[in-house]
Parts: sequence; C-alpha cells; structure tokens
Amino acid sequence: PVRRKHRAHKRRRTSEPIEIEDRLESLICRVGEKSTSSLESNLEGLAGVLEADLPNYKNKILRILCAVARLLPEKLTVYTTLVGLLNARNYNFGGEFVEAMIRQLKETLKNNLYNEAVYLVRFLSDLVNCHVIAAPSMVAMFENFVSVTQEEDVPQVRSDWFVYVVLSCLPWVGKELYEKKDVEMDRLLSQIEGYLKRRVKTHVPMLQVWTAEKPHPQEEYLDCLWAQIQKLKKDRWQERHILRPYIAFDSVLCEALQHNLPPFTPPGHMPDAQYPMPRVVFRMFDYTDAPEGPVMPGSHSVERFVIEENLHCIIKTHWRERKTCAAQLLSYPGKNKIPLNYHIVEVIFGELFQLPSPPHIDVMYTTLLIELCKLQPGSLPQVLAQATEMLYMRLDTMNTTCIDRLINWFSHHLSNFQFRWSWDDWSDCLTVDLEKPKPKFVKEVLEKSMRLSYHQRIVDIVPPTFSALIPAEPSFIFKYADESASSLPGYAVSITVGNAIKNRASNEEILTILKEVPNPNQEDDDDEGESFNPLKIDVFLQTLLHLAAKSFSHSFSALAKFHEILKTLTDSDEGKLHILKVVYEVWRNHPQMIAVLVDKMIRTQIVDCAAVANWLFSQDMAHEFTRLFIWEILHSTIRKMNKHVQKIQKELEEAKDKLEKQQHKRRDSGDDEDMDKNSEDEEGQLEEQIERLQEKVESAQSEQKNLFLVIFQRFIMLLTEHLVRCETGSVDISTPWYKNCIERLQQIFLMHHVTIQQYMGTLENLLFTAELDHHILAVYQQFCALQL
Amino acid sequence: MSAKLNALNSDSYIDVSQYRDQHFKGNRYEQEKLLKQSHTLYVGNLSFYTTEEQVHELFSKSGDVKRIIIGLDKIKKTACGFCFVEYYTRADAEHAMRFINGTRLDDRIIRTDWDAGFKEGRQYGRGKSGGQVRDEYRQDYDPARGGYGKLAQQHPAGESRNSF
Repeated sequence: PVRRKHRAHKRRRTSEPIEIEDRLESLICRVGEKSTSSLESNLEGLAGVLEADLPNYKNKILRILCAVARLLPEKLTVYTTLVGLLNARNYNFGGEFVEAMIRQLKETLKNNLYNEAVYLVRFLSDLVNCHVIAAPSMVAMFENFVSVTQEEDVPQVRSDWFVYVVLSCLPWVGKELYEKKDVEMDRLLSQIEGYLKRRVKTHVPMLQVWTAEKPHPQEEYLDCLWAQIQKLKKDRWQERHILRPYIAFDSVLCEALQHNLPPFTPPGHMPDAQYPMPRVVFRMFDYTDAPEGPVMPGSHSVERFVIEENLHCIIKTHWRERKTCAAQLLSYPGKNKIPLNYHIVEVIFGELFQLPSPPHIDVMYTTLLIELCKLQPGSLPQVLAQATEMLYMRLDTMNTTCIDRLINWFSHHLSNFQFRWSWDDWSDCLTVDLEKPKPKFVKEVLEKSMRLSYHQRIVDIVPPTFSALIPAEPSFIFKYADESASSLPGYAVSITVGNAIKNRASNEEILTILKEVPNPNQEDDDDEGESFNPLKIDVFLQTLLHLAAKSFSHSFSALAKFHEILKTLTDSDEGKLHILKVVYEVWRNHPQMIAVLVDKMIRTQIVDCAAVANWLFSQDMAHEFTRLFIWEILHSTIRKMNKHVQKIQKELEEAKDKLEKQQHKRRDSGDDEDMDKNSEDEEGQLEEQIERLQEKVESAQSEQKNLFLVIFQRFIMLLTEHLVRCETGSVDISTPWYKNCIERLQQIFLMHHVTIQQYMGTLENLLFTAELDHHILAVYQQFCALQL
Repeated sequence: MSAKLNALNSDSYIDVSQYRDQHFKGNRYEQEKLLKQSHTLYVGNLSFYTTEEQVHELFSKSGDVKRIIIGLDKIKKTACGFCFVEYYTRADAEHAMRFINGTRLDDRIIRTDWDAGFKEGRQYGRGKSGGQVRDEYRQDYDPARGGYGKLAQQHPAGESRNSF
C-alpha cells in the first residue's frame, strides 16, 4: 500500500466570538446534567470558569444568566446558587446581575409576559437564600406588589397576579424572610388574606373540570396556594422538597456582601394589559391512590405546589421534543421521595383538561404519554390505566369540553396499542340510558377508534354485549339506489343525471336535465326553474355524491368539477340549508365524511358559515345535537370564519405598510418629476387597494359578528324552551341534554373568547339581557368574570 | 431583550432529514429552500390497506389538512404504502413532525418527512415493479405491504441467481 503524504495540519484558529458564546451557553444551560460528579462540584467548577471569563465576556454571561432565570425555572435553585458563588467572588458582578434582572423584569411586564415575570421574581427571592440580595429589600418589593390590592378600578386579574407572585415565592424564601422581618411579613400576609376574602369568584364554575366537590375539590388557584402557604407557616416554614444546592456552600456564601434591590414600583395598569386568566387547580390523585412506595404530598402541602410547578415548567421548556420531555420529567430531582408517575400523569391530564384551553396542542400530550410509557414500561402504563378508570368513573360530573378531549385522547392512545382495553370493566355503562355520560363516552370513543381503523376492527375488540354502542358502518345511503325507489319523484332524473355525469356531459347539459325536476314548492312552472327547488338539489347532489362516494378525494373532485352547478342551486339561504340537509341524509352513517364535505363547501363558498350554524341548530338535526361531530363541525366553522377575518386584516395591514413605505420613498427621492409621477400612480393604486380591503374587512367582521349572534340566539332559544317546559311541568331541568347544551354554550365562549371580546357590547345589549333565565345569564356572567 | 438561547432552542423533530428526492427538478439549494418552507409531508411505511380517511383522521390532529394524495403503484394504480399530506400552514405541518411522526397508524409506526411539494407524477412508486423502491429489495415478510419484497418473491431465499 502507498503511504499518503502527511498534509500540514491547519493551525487551529482562536475561537470565534460566536463559538465562545455557544460554549458559555452550553456550559451554563447543561450544568448538573448527566454528570459523574456531584452538582455541587459542577457548580464550583463552572463558577471558577465564569469568574475567569468575566473580564472578557461579562455582558454575554449576564445575558445568558438572565435568560436561564426566565427560561429554565425548573432549575431555579441551581442557577441562584451559581449566581451566589459568582457574587461571593465578584461583588460588582453580583450587583450588575441584579440590575440586569430588574431591567428584564420591567421589560417582561411591559410585554405582558406575566408567567415569565413570576419566574424572575422567584429567582430574585431565592437570591436572598444565596446572600446576593438583602432580605429587607425583598420584603419591600413584596410590600409594593401587595399594595396593588389597594388600587381601585383595576381588573381583578391584575391584583391577582401581584398577590400570586408574592405567595408563590414563599415556598423558596418564606423561612428566610420570616427570620429577618417577621412583623412585616405578618402584615403582608394579613393584607393578602383580606384581599382574598374580598375577591369575586364568579368565574370558578366555568373553569372546573368536574362539578362535583368529591373526591377532590376543584379549587381556585389562589385559594389553594393560600391554604398551602398557611400550612407552611404553621409548619414554621419548614420546607423539605426543594433542592437547595446553596446549603452546601453556606460557609462561602455567608461571607458575601449582599445587594439591596432598588425600590421597585409595579408598573401601572394599562388598558391593553393582558394579565393571566384565573385557573383552577386540577387534582385527581391523593395518597390513597398510590398503592406502595413514597406517599403523595397532600393537596394543601407546599411540596405539592412545588412539584406541580416544576413539572409544568419542564413541559413548558421541552414540549417540542417528546423524548427529551419524557426523560426530563422522569429524572425529576427528588423523584425517589414522591410517587413521581402519579404526579406526572396528574400534571399532564391537568394541562390537557385545562379550561379554556390546554397550554399546548392536544396531540402533544398523547404522544408524550406514549413516550413515557416507553421509558417506564413496567410502571407508567398501570398508572395511566388507573387514571383512565378514575376518569371514566367520574364522567357524570365532568365538563363536556373535557369529555371531548378525553374521548380524543383515549381513542388515539388505544390506536397505538392495538385497541387493547378491558371493556368488560365498563359494562355498567350498558345498564343506563345511552344518553348518559358513560355510555355516551364509550360510544364516541368507539366512533373515533373506528375512524383510525375500520368497522370490523371495532366489532372485534369489544365484547358482544357492547353492540349497542358500536358505530354504524360508514356507508352511503342512496335514496335513488334501485328500482324500489322508482315511485319517488326524482328517480327518473337521478338516473339520467347519473349517466350524464358518467359520460362527462357539460354543465349546461346537466342543468337542462335538472330542469325536468318538478318543484314541490310550486304549483305551476311559472319560471325557468331558477328559484329554490329542494328536489332538484336532492336529485343532483345525491346522485353526484353517490358516484363520488369511494373516498374523500373522489367527493372533493366531484364538488370541484360541479362547483358552478352547486353555486347556482344554492344561491339562496334556503338552498344552502338544503344542500347541508342532503349531505347529512346521504352520509349520516359517516360523520367524518359530513365534516370534510362541509369544510370543503365553506372553503369553496358553496355554503356560508351562518348556513352551517343554522343547519346544526335546526329541528332536523335535533336528534344529533349531543353528538361530538356536531360540535366539531361548529367549532371548525367558527375557526374558519376567524381565520378568514384575520387573513384580510393582515392583507390590509400589509397594504398600509406598503403605502407608508412608498410615501417615504417619494419624500426622500428629491425632485425627479418622472419618479414623482410613477410614485403618485403607485400610491393611488395602493390607496384604492386599501379602500377595497377596508370594505372587505368590515364585511368579514360583520359576517363574523352575525355568525356569533346566530349561534347565541339559537342557544338561548333552545335552552329557554327547555327551562320553561321543565318549569311548567315541575320537572328537574338537569337532564343529560341540558347539561350538554349549557356546557356547549360555555364552550363557545371559552374556545373563542378572544374574538367574542370584540362583540361584548352587542351581545349584552341584544342577547344577554336581564330578562334572560338566570341559568343562561349565569354562563354569560361567568364568562365576563374571567376578564375582570 | 427577549434573549433566546440557542442551547434551549432545540426543535429537532422538525429538522430536515438527509433524504433528498433524486427526481427533484432544481438544484440542492432550491430543494432545501422549499423543504424549509414546505407545508407538505411525505408519509411512509403505510400499510397498503390504509385509507385516505384514516390518514385524514390522524393528521387532522395537528391542524386542518388541505389535501391528501395516496401513493399508488405505477402499474396497478393501487395504494402502495405512502402518501402526501398537505397542510394550510407550516405550523400545523411542524406539529405533525413533532407529534405524529413515529407513532402508529393502522398499527404501523409511520414516518413523516418534509416534502418539496406535490407535483403530478410524484404519486407513483418508483420501483421497477411499480411499487416503492424499498419494496423491491427488502427481504422480510410484511403482509400489509404485499408480503415479501419483489426481488425476494422472484428469487426466494436459498436460490441464488448469481454465484461467485
């Protein structure tokens, strides 16, 4: 073999600044992870490295540390310890860090990033434990925060936030602050207690996952935290769960000089401030549920608060990467002292069921749970099964929106595990009215499961006793199928039209054929057959959809190919309503197909959103009113409407920006006459465009407002009817139908609250007036209370 | 001020893979640009019996699906185990890469990857026998994908065509 000549090695260049920054970031972000050395030793080492880098990279290090304070709250005490060590070695750096944090805090509050601001304040408060910040100055900041409760005419959610921040820091720093300033702290807590007693809690029922108080009350989050802090105080601030690396460095840290926080005045209330919405604490487990091993901390223990906080933070940091997220959750520090799997499952379901909406997309939780099952195959699946069983048992009082999410989660989860489940355990659901929550839940799960598999599979996986709950085979129902239909008025034309379509006849030819269809609404043929003719729609659409029934793509092609004809037939509101009626009649065994067809028809403007809403609430659909697919279609329709408005608004903004730029250009371009003229023309065009878009936006918003009005009006009508009927008949109003309907009304408010906020005035004046039955008005009032 | 940390920005599930379509009309740079902006996913390892409806149900969990094109055997014009899923927005497609890729559809672990965009003709398998290339050469028995690979079907194990 030939020996290669050695190439001269390139001299390694001194590292680029970007590389150094990345290296520093990496060192800081990963401190404590996957190391053979102890955390303390890693922190000591890193402090040494950073101290040496301070002369050249101080600003970068400041920036990185401020960022981890905000973005890695689950590692709070690791980083406060690091800052403590740096402060002990370099007092000036400690001071600059505190200043930078205050600047960052002001910035996050200005930008409505309230959740991140909580982490920053908590970081500052833990710095008291690390001898970086003097306790009295921290107490002073808390006093300023709590004084917000004295402000008048501010939204309750504003003062809520300031109280929450103070309380949520106390697990970390309560002990230290009480040791130094117990009189002031007692005064603070007493002020908070007074505020909590005054607080309005109308919003709570709307956010609770279960209406029942047993086995676990769904507590308002501030009430729960207050109870936890009260208990902590009773225990003389002894807190044993939080990992505190700074304790090991006490001898070094207590030599350090502390800094005083500058006086911090909470920024005043601004009208466009978006404070966090109130929430309810989700609990489904207690110490009796974890059979062996470590005991689950009680619901009012501060440990429970800290664990839940940290697990939520881990999900918030890693949700995009499910393997990492699962691994981080399962390696929670202190996991050996708690039934970690139970906490994880509870926190995940808590997020999935959170009202108004989960912090992250629903499907993330499904995949995360699967990942966790993979990493802990011997224990987690059992906890998950236990949780599922519990959730099933409590369906009777579970919020309908949450049941929807449970249905979607469970069916998707099962589809990853060959649909293995002990259905027999749930045979109690077969003994009650099928409209009750338990059988309804099973029915919807089987329907969703079928969509992910096929009909026979569902038949095979459930015991024969469950046959009443098995969904129908998703087959087309063709009125004009064979000669047994020959007596029907449209039969003959349906055959002719069918053949015409198969032979690729033109639209004109088909319309001519359709002219032969008699109009059951008219006595004589007084017109060219242009007015609404339900039978014509029926014959054409049934025949067309029957030919295209093979798949979604076939049906979409059909709608596209005959778009012109369909638009002609559905020119009126009645036409639009009827086309939806026909779609339902032929595909009522295949709700999935109905949903995709309705979606397509809205997008191609064969029907409009209001027509879909009117159809769903119509008498014809009353018997399907409690089925999940109805609400999926309605919410999808509202979302399309909202996206449409947003799209045009964006176009308008872009046109306005363009005009502004153009005007600047002209101003800056000087006296070139030709350029001026061209510029003027362009501006003229843009101005026209903006005018057109402005009209488009107004028209779209008007349509959007109308859609919500239609929906709310229909709800009010249906609910009022029911309530009046029950009252006159002296019957209990709480039927399964009523529970579903009133919670569906809540769901509309919750799922689309951002959009609905714009129309509150109209809603209050026109619909949700004082004359309304108080049951219905209560929903509206609870919704309003969310923003106060 | 909202400083982001590169070390914390990891979103590896949405990264572009190593695969590049050899039939792509354009250079590598253009292809990568399209992949980074794409709203379309290639979905592989489907059963031949997986339907458009099943694909729609699963992939709708990450957002509204604009269209699905089922991959077909070039000769038989029957499903041959892959498809394209196009979303209205990139964000929805990214969610699919994060949460649907690597999970099961029709009992099979499916794989999603960014696609530069559907063009007529790309719905056909490129294997010699009409299906996907991967089904030409594989040696295992997969009942949901026509049984043995095409080569193995023509030359069952034990009978070697060539000899050294």
